[in-house]
Amino acid sequence: MLAWALIAVPLLGGALLAVSGERADRFAAGGGVFLGVTVLALAVAAALVRPAVDAALFAGIRAGLAVDGLSALMVVTVGGATVAVLVFAAGEAELRTARFVGFVLLFAGAMLVTVTATTLAVLLMAWEVMGAMSWALIGYHWCDRASVGAAHTAFLTTRLADLGLYVAAGAALAGGVGSLALAELSDAAAPWVHVVAAGLVLGALGKSAQLPFSFWLSGAMRGPSPVSALLHSATMVAAGAYLLLRMVPLLETTGWAGPVVAWVGAATAVLLGLVAVAQTDLKQLLAASTCAQIGFMVLAAGSGGVAGGALQLVAHAATKSLLFLAAGAWLVALGTKQLGGLRGAAHRFPLVGVAFTVGAASLAGLPPLSLWVSKDAVLAAALEHGVALYVAGLAAASASAVYSAKAVWYVWRPLPADEPALEQPPTGAVSGAMRPPLVVLASLAAMLGILPLFTTGALAVVPAPAVWELVVSAALAVAAVALTWRLVVRIGSPPPLAGWLGLEHAAHTVLVRPTLALAGALARFDDHVLDRAVDAAARSTVSAARALDRRGEFSIDGAVRAVGAGSRALGRLARRPQTGQIHQYYAQAAVALAVLAVIVIVVR
Amino acid sequence: MLSLIVFLPAVLAVALLLMPGTAPRQWFVGAWIGVSLLDLALVVAVCVGLAPGGGFSFEERVPWIPSVGISYHVGVDGLSLPLVALTAVLFLACAVFALREPRRIKAYVTLFLGLQTVCLGLFVALDLILFFLFFDLSIAGWGHGEKARAAALKFFLYTFLGSLALLLGFILLYLAAEPKTFDIVELISADPLAGGGVYASLALLAIFVGLAVKTPTVPFHTWLPPAHTEASATGSAILAGVLLKMGTYGFVRIAMPILPDTWRQYALVAVIVGVVSVVYGAMVALAQTDVKRMIAYTSVNHMGYVLLGVGAAGILAGGDEQARQLATTGAVTQMVSHGLITAALFLLTGVLRDRGGTYDMGAYSGLAARTPRFAGAFAVAAFASLGLPGFSGFIAEFQILTGALPAAPVPTVLAATGILITAGLFLIALQKLFLGPLRIPDAPGTPRTFADLHASETVPIAGLLVLATVIGVLPRFLLDVIEPASRALVELVAR
Repeated sequence: MLAWALIAVPLLGGALLAVSGERADRFAAGGGVFLGVTVLALAVAAALVRPAVDAALFAGIRAGLAVDGLSALMVVTVGGATVAVLVFAAGEAELRTARFVGFVLLFAGAMLVTVTATTLAVLLMAWEVMGAMSWALIGYHWCDRASVGAAHTAFLTTRLADLGLYVAAGAALAGGVGSLALAELSDAAAPWVHVVAAGLVLGALGKSAQLPFSFWLSGAMRGPSPVSALLHSATMVAAGAYLLLRMVPLLETTGWAGPVVAWVGAATAVLLGLVAVAQTDLKQLLAASTCAQIGFMVLAAGSGGVAGGALQLVAHAATKSLLFLAAGAWLVALGTKQLGGLRGAAHRFPLVGVAFTVGAASLAGLPPLSLWVSKDAVLAAALEHGVALYVAGLAAASASAVYSAKAVWYVWRPLPADEPALEQPPTGAVSGAMRPPLVVLASLAAMLGILPLFTTGALAVVPAPAVWELVVSAALAVAAVALTWRLVVRIGSPPPLAGWLGLEHAAHTVLVRPTLALAGALARFDDHVLDRAVDAAARSTVSAARALDRRGEFSIDGAVRAVGAGSRALGRLARRPQTGQIHQYYAQAAVALAVLAVIVIVVR
Repeated sequence: MLSLIVFLPAVLAVALLLMPGTAPRQWFVGAWIGVSLLDLALVVAVCVGLAPGGGFSFEERVPWIPSVGISYHVGVDGLSLPLVALTAVLFLACAVFALREPRRIKAYVTLFLGLQTVCLGLFVALDLILFFLFFDLSIAGWGHGEKARAAALKFFLYTFLGSLALLLGFILLYLAAEPKTFDIVELISADPLAGGGVYASLALLAIFVGLAVKTPTVPFHTWLPPAHTEASATGSAILAGVLLKMGTYGFVRIAMPILPDTWRQYALVAVIVGVVSVVYGAMVALAQTDVKRMIAYTSVNHMGYVLLGVGAAGILAGGDEQARQLATTGAVTQMVSHGLITAALFLLTGVLRDRGGTYDMGAYSGLAARTPRFAGAFAVAAFASLGLPGFSGFIAEFQILTGALPAAPVPTVLAATGILITAGLFLIALQKLFLGPLRIPDAPGTPRTFADLHASETVPIAGLLVLATVIGVLPRFLLDVIEPASRALVELVAR
């Protein structure tokens, strides 16, 4: 009952608000916060009670929801992030609509189903609904063509990756897991278990914006900042990492999946960290950072470090949503999100500035903040699978320190003398509703590092990072921050990194343009060849009918006419002997008698 | 009971023919709505009274032409009852939509009532010749009412040719049975062409071609887009929602159970035809600029999934019974789901044409500001059609893809790309029509008033979409009806 209530409240509430449209705008913000708090309360209750329910769905396939250790962390994270974002959004006039709040609640419901699902069918359903809500929220300002285009890119890219989940479901059935239960997928028969693993990995990497799918997250930044905070940092993009963390037994069974996933995660963490360093737009920097930090979670899943990955997920959710909300507050107040334009922003709005700095410090991995602890848990697990992975992880951690320091350096510069170029009209103030979430999230970002002291069982941090690992990562982070602080202005923006490795352009050239060209060619084939073939068949039937009429009928009729003509000719011939002259009649009679006599003699 | 359901609309049609054409239009449409509501209530009663398990309920049998074994035999089971309910719901929705119909109302209503009888009759028919009779009457009844001569002629001749192939197949089945009969139930239990062979293959080929033209599958689909473009909104809704289902229903009622050995032999052909229809239909839809033609090609795509499902149900190697049952249940669910969602889409395009005068997507832009309800309904219908979970389309497509993959892995993976292509094409359509700056096609003279949905349009469209959502969120009430029958069908195919 608790589990059903947990998902029904946000889904039904969100659907009601979304369908009501403008009529419900007046109570949208308040209603949204109320529902969000309810969801958070239900989530905390579920995390304590640990309910499990299931219901029939298809033949042999059931729909199940259950809250275990990992899911408990996730539902509380989702609930908390949703409340924070809804409170923040109540402070921005454009977002106080039933449409926005409804979609956010629908998304929250779908995310809750995703993290509590026990069967692949339910997971897939919620996964896709999340993608649709992401489309609706990125394209919230639907008058802006660029936002809508970015929403399409995000939806279609994740849908392409989701094909992996569909294939995995079929392969699981083929491999003998008739119930599609997530816990039983590693029991599937070979070779189907490899298809299942490949499908799940594809789906997870796409949703989490790992390489090579990272480009969609860049465009998703065109959505409102609360959307970026909720979907594209804390929850939806982390869903892929969550799936991989839950499927660690499956990854280990297949043998190849764990290392592949770990290396993709590590590569994403390093490369997207460098991309973040090269950005000049704060939201783009945070987006690239999100890909990189999720790379750590994916690395943890590939290395079997479930606890480290889960911890990273929670810490990152608090940290990154804080950073995005702060960026959103500055965007609304100052009208820009370019780093150059945000010079002195922390001086003008100190509360936001301090909160942002705390978040950035956590992101950099400075001790004793939350992301330092979680990153070390992840790296400890990675070290078990090879020094190369560990070194890559350290490199990525250094990059995160660099870009965090870069962002903080800009906002604490002295106030600029001239007005920067603005992207939207500034309001000049940070509204009251925006402040509490920032404070709460900043405290969480700082303090969540103590969480490992409380997690036990499946979520106990094993292998625990050794003291030297902690010291090394702390020293690296401090050194990187110090170096960046001195040399920020010398960090350039090389085009490949600034352009997110050119992946979107590559996807367009390799996938989108050929598909559209093929579609046009097939449409022309359909109109000019297939359709004309049918019309040609009809026309040829008509012309065959005419030919038959002209020639066939004519010939048959001609045969009949020939009979008639022949009869007339014979008749004319028969008239020839009738001359009326007796001597000729005598001659004819004599000839006839002679012929008769010959016949009589021959026949005898 | 079933005969009452089937012939009630025809009786009303005859009664309305006696009324003068100048009578108030609301009487005609009101009578149609009343009879449709009554029919729907009777269908619900049949649903409640349906016998559990795989057999037929509410059977009625009256000898008709005994010397050739033709009888008036009707009955429902879990495969046909959802389609009967779909027909009743769709005609009711069209009746409400027709409240704003501007044309000659008497001919319009009586023709649709006749078509309603024919559609209901086909889904309950349990005799091959009775099936064929309703099949052909649907062609005549639909094609006659439209003004566009060329499209109507093409539709009529093409589908009529297909129905002749179907008749040839039926006659081959009749001649093979011992004793000779056209009765479907007797033919299923007799299994006259067990063991396959050339004769059985020819029979299946004839039946397959006949049904493939109606479904329609590639390459017999070219009659569908012109038929849709020239039809009215309600005409298109019925064509896509009900008439196309006659083809796919024929596969599960006639081809699969009566010719199981031959079906198993050629099941891969059905799978490949299905996959080609899925991908080809989606790709050609992607390239369309006319919104009705685009939705017509997505119908080809959706019907391809049905063929994939019924084909996979015939491939015994590789999959177990659960997979084949999922594929069959998914195929029947897809028939119902596609009927609801595509009918809603065609009613919406009818609204578009009524306000703006054209189906060309390039002529519109930014309508979401002017007509938010219309935009919202179209967005919901578009997402339902592309297979988003929460709507019936996903329930159907997930079952088909999951059930078909064990039997035919590579074709199913190719078919899965169809859901990506349909997502792309619907997003492009939504962007072209509703997002961006406002633009409406120029009207001659004064600027057009582009009004939002009226009540008589909102009720049917919202009703269909709500039904699709209910099936998507709580599918068990529909699947509980279909699953016993699909299990029985899978066993029949495997014998």
